[in-house]
Amino acid sequence: MEALGAIGVRREAKLPVRPRRVGDFLLRTGSLGLALSVLAITATIATVLFVQSRQARVAFGWPFLWTSVWDPVALRFGALPFIYGTVMTTFLALAIAVPVGLGAAICLAELLPLRIADGLTFLIELLVAVPSVVYGLVGVFVLVPAMRGLETTIQGALGFIPLFSGPIYGVGLLTASVLLAVMVVPFIIAVSREVLLAVPETQREAALALGATRWEMVRHVVLPYARAGILGSIFLALARALGETMAVTMVIGNRPEVSASLFAPAYTMAAVLANEFTEATDDVYLSALVEVALVLFAITVVVNGIARLLIGRVPRPGAANT
Amino acid sequence: MRQRVWAAVVFGLVLAVVASRAAVLVTGAGATFPYPIYSKWFDEFHKRFSDLQINYQSIGSGGGIRQVLDGTIDFGATDGPMTDEQLASAKIPILHLPTVLGAVVPTFNLPGIERLRFTPEALAAIFLGKVTKWDDPAIAEANPGVKLPSQALVPVHRSDGSGTTYIFTDYLSKVSPEWQKTVGRNTSVNWPVGLGGKGNEGVAGLVKQTPNSIGYVELIYALQNKLPYGDVRNRAGKFVQASLDSVTAAAAGAENIPDDFRVSITDAPAATAYPIASFTWLLVPTRIADADKGAALKKFLEWMLSDGQSLAPPLNYAPLPPALVTRERQALSKITVGG
Repeated sequence: MEALGAIGVRREAKLPVRPRRVGDFLLRTGSLGLALSVLAITATIATVLFVQSRQARVAFGWPFLWTSVWDPVALRFGALPFIYGTVMTTFLALAIAVPVGLGAAICLAELLPLRIADGLTFLIELLVAVPSVVYGLVGVFVLVPAMRGLETTIQGALGFIPLFSGPIYGVGLLTASVLLAVMVVPFIIAVSREVLLAVPETQREAALALGATRWEMVRHVVLPYARAGILGSIFLALARALGETMAVTMVIGNRPEVSASLFAPAYTMAAVLANEFTEATDDVYLSALVEVALVLFAITVVVNGIARLLIGRVPRPGAANT
Repeated sequence: MRQRVWAAVVFGLVLAVVASRAAVLVTGAGATFPYPIYSKWFDEFHKRFSDLQINYQSIGSGGGIRQVLDGTIDFGATDGPMTDEQLASAKIPILHLPTVLGAVVPTFNLPGIERLRFTPEALAAIFLGKVTKWDDPAIAEANPGVKLPSQALVPVHRSDGSGTTYIFTDYLSKVSPEWQKTVGRNTSVNWPVGLGGKGNEGVAGLVKQTPNSIGYVELIYALQNKLPYGDVRNRAGKFVQASLDSVTAAAAGAENIPDDFRVSITDAPAATAYPIASFTWLLVPTRIADADKGAALKKFLEWMLSDGQSLAPPLNYAPLPPALVTRERQALSKITVGG
């Protein structure tokens, strides 16, 4: 009750500010504690990964990052194939998902009647909630055979390019990327649409009044206005793609090898952790796996840092008005 | 209102105290492969002795070994025996007790072909990447009358660390010097060729989806899912189909099982033995300070070695041969309880 009273006083703003009440104090310390807990969790993860990977860091040093041997019998470990797999699948997935997601979001926000768009958006939000193992199963039974056919066709026409060479299994880097793209597209659509809808109607009307076509309006007014939010949706998708484990491991072929071909089987960092952690009996082996987790964490931090920088450079919608 | 809450809290506490008094709780963790039979055993055991309860978590052999060494659990379980260094690092000596047997079978996807025969040399060559086509003489010579396609062969292996992989690579290490030298045995290895699938279901899924592929899965998984699987030639020169009997025969025919039961029975010499078979073990500390827990665990081990064994075949686990059971019961006397 005290807290409510305090807010009431503030809203009326007639009375002089009273000395701070218990409620204020609780709110302040409580929320500060919650905010700090985020910091604490991040710091704990980083510390645990750093400490637990000591043995591998000592044994393999920096070359761990660019060595591609992964031999649990001889206890020689290098993370390059996993780093390559994670970065490549994420990059390819976003290359597919961003145009598709953005196009769909524009259609849902600007072109379709609201009632139909709302229905479709509801379905898209359902897709976000589908567990990744289900995506993996659909991937194994539908996407893999389809990709085998598609890859055979591509190889027939463009097989001389190393990217499309080598044996075709159906599972592999490209298949995993396509599945990841399918998984992250709903994030991009759902968030981008909300952001596009939040663009003030006055902006659109102004553009149209100046004689802009619908395309010009979207291109020059709506998209720039919503840019920060759209980038945010893409980074959300990026984070999901970087960390996705189950669905990827089901369709990527799990082969720790850096290959020129997109059709070749590959491996990702999250997948090798999930696969090998439980049965890693040797200390160095376990430590090497933890170091892979540390590298994944570092890559996530770097990627998110870049994301922050990019968003920081984009003027916020509020600033555009003033 | 407040009084009621207090009453509930007190009641809950009383209940918790009563419950903790009534049951002795023993905790274990480790191997996932024997989890179905273990959970059946612990369940049946609890039904028989309602004051004794065993809680088992299938966190993987690696976790089982680590936790039993740390002393955070009362017993562990593993699909591959502990190494000498691991045993040496234990504060209290640890006993290996075989519980049941598992086997690994080669499964394949060749349209129109249900049964095949594999020589040890062919299996090693396939997974080394030396044999790349199905109609290679290494496979064809063991299968007269079977029309093998001249297609590229796609080997499939487990991507997750597993006891299944340990058994399979242990076998290949024994039958192929080259495998022993270039790959070796472990729960995960550096595979020279092939695709990786997660779990038995992952390997089976990839094999089903990929024409002309060959993989390996647990016998139980192959039986339950009615996958085609090949016979393997054993050391006596006979092609043997994997079955509960031929797996138990591998254990019965194993020579020189040491007193600590840490033994690999792949490539067993008996004529009826299926060659890719292995024990799975419980890891029990030889000194258990808590007298109640120690007594409960010992009681369970006795029961598991007698009545418990008959529960294994219905779940497709091969039971231990009788001679080994006798030796294990004698070994139980090494476990001291209390103090």
